[in-house]
Amino acid sequence: MERVTDITQLKEIARQVRLDILESTFAAGSGHPGGSMSAVEIVLALYYREMKYNPEEPHWADRDRFILSKGHACPVLYSILSRVGFFPHEEILRFRKLGSILQGHTDMLKTPGVDASAGSLGMGLSFGNGVALAGKLDRKDYRVFVMMGDGEVQEGEVWEAAMTAPHYNLDNLCAILDHNELQIDGFNYDVKDIEPIADKWRAFCWNVLEVNGHDFGQIFAALDEARTTKGRPTIIIAHTVKGRGVSFMERVAGFHGRCLTKDEMELARKELEYPLM
Amino acid sequence: MTVTAATRDAYGAALEEIGGRYPEVVVLDADLSESTRTYKFAKKYPDRFFQMGISEQDMVCTAAGLASAGKMPFASSFAIFGSRAWEQIRNMVCRANLNVNLCFSHAGISVGEDGASAQALEDIAITRALPRMRVFVPADDIETTQVINYLVAHRDGPAYVRLGRAKVPRVHDEKYQFRAGRADKLREGKDATIIACGIMVAAALDAADLLEKEGVKAVVLNMSTIKPIDAEAIAAASRATGRIVTAEEHSIIGGLGSAVAEVLAERAPCPMKRIGTQDVFGESGAPDELLRKYGLTKENIAQAVRSLM
Repeated sequence: MERVTDITQLKEIARQVRLDILESTFAAGSGHPGGSMSAVEIVLALYYREMKYNPEEPHWADRDRFILSKGHACPVLYSILSRVGFFPHEEILRFRKLGSILQGHTDMLKTPGVDASAGSLGMGLSFGNGVALAGKLDRKDYRVFVMMGDGEVQEGEVWEAAMTAPHYNLDNLCAILDHNELQIDGFNYDVKDIEPIADKWRAFCWNVLEVNGHDFGQIFAALDEARTTKGRPTIIIAHTVKGRGVSFMERVAGFHGRCLTKDEMELARKELEYPLM
Repeated sequence: MTVTAATRDAYGAALEEIGGRYPEVVVLDADLSESTRTYKFAKKYPDRFFQMGISEQDMVCTAAGLASAGKMPFASSFAIFGSRAWEQIRNMVCRANLNVNLCFSHAGISVGEDGASAQALEDIAITRALPRMRVFVPADDIETTQVINYLVAHRDGPAYVRLGRAKVPRVHDEKYQFRAGRADKLREGKDATIIACGIMVAAALDAADLLEKEGVKAVVLNMSTIKPIDAEAIAAASRATGRIVTAEEHSIIGGLGSAVAEVLAERAPCPMKRIGTQDVFGESGAPDELLRKYGLTKENIAQAVRSLM
């Protein structure tokens, strides 16, 4: 289990993960880079600092679980799973190819380290609740992290699950909302406004924390608070930027579901390989 | 005198019994635990019972999460309401091949007075279409108990069990041995074969009695496993009797009749008729009145056989 808590080092890994996201989707000729890049710092914080797991034993019963409910953002997860040792790094260049272990949306039967099959939105929090209930029943101390997209909360099942977790006092569950404000057809507030999103979760009796989702210090502090909050579940609302890290991708809805062209890829490589610090 | 019992009652009793033997068994319900009979398990094993409220989609995915963590969930609702979670069943349960048992009661038109909105007549079709899903429609209380015990012993991924509200005549005795994926021959014959499931099995046996008086000897097969279907038994029945009638308390589109027709068309074509609801919704009424109005009686089955003679 890889452990990195030094923020300078994590920033360097984040840069490499962003390149992985772009390279894997570019090699595939399709995929979802925008919502993967908004989630980089959070998923890194989980796998390099917060979660306990064992790449040698992906189904270890006592592991912490990460459920990527926004399953289309799997390029960020695949990059990080390969970097912490669940499978060889070069696999990410087989993303979305016929016979690959890396499916276009997460598949727990095919990819070592993937804890839930997702892709259709709105289901991951319910699944996470189930895993958390099993943990309570078995008196295990593993924890469950569920990452959702902000457009995803337009799905009704999210709110069914949002009612379930506090009802069962699932303090072993921490949800994370990747609030990058964009979905396929545009900004959340144009498509169907989700605000006031923090108030909604508060009204559902969750412990609600808000962070800048690209600031490791803030993410660490929120994860620490989630870990020590007892009696109810925590949701971290992470304010993020879709396409974060490449200037021409940031806050552009079009990069939700398409990879870069050859020319764009050249530009992006330059930006990420020589980041303006 | 024939014993009658509702399959949901047998389900509730079976859960209570296996709960004691298998600590990993958990039960979920969506505010219908009195009616689905899961309340018995809830009373005995409150820590392992999860009341999900009126949230069937949440219930199905929560069951999937529990199964992923080593539990053996049985999730219950009415067939019509559980059906709204079809995509959750597809993507969270079947795609991940999780051991989730969906045992939905109040299936079919015999729900009665609650009317069309509560009468699931398409649930076999939509579950049968899902890869990895096994589909069971027990005919009576004895078979229901055995199906539930089978599922606990054979953890081969997802399963759908269709249960009813109304009391139905017992067609098996205590010595019956349920075999998954195998047709259960309840009556020998030579002139035609009636293949039925659920409450229509008893009606098929009655129809065979009527026909026998007319000199027509009909085989009766209880096809309690709709998927995987017993293709061998269907092909053999076609070759042996040359006439097949299916009977189900479900639409003729997509259910048992369709499954049998698919096998016949590819392997052993013969004249056939499907008894079931004819691509229509039900309505309010007493169960017996509805079964008559929608053509689901022993007389309808017998008439279908006669029309093939």
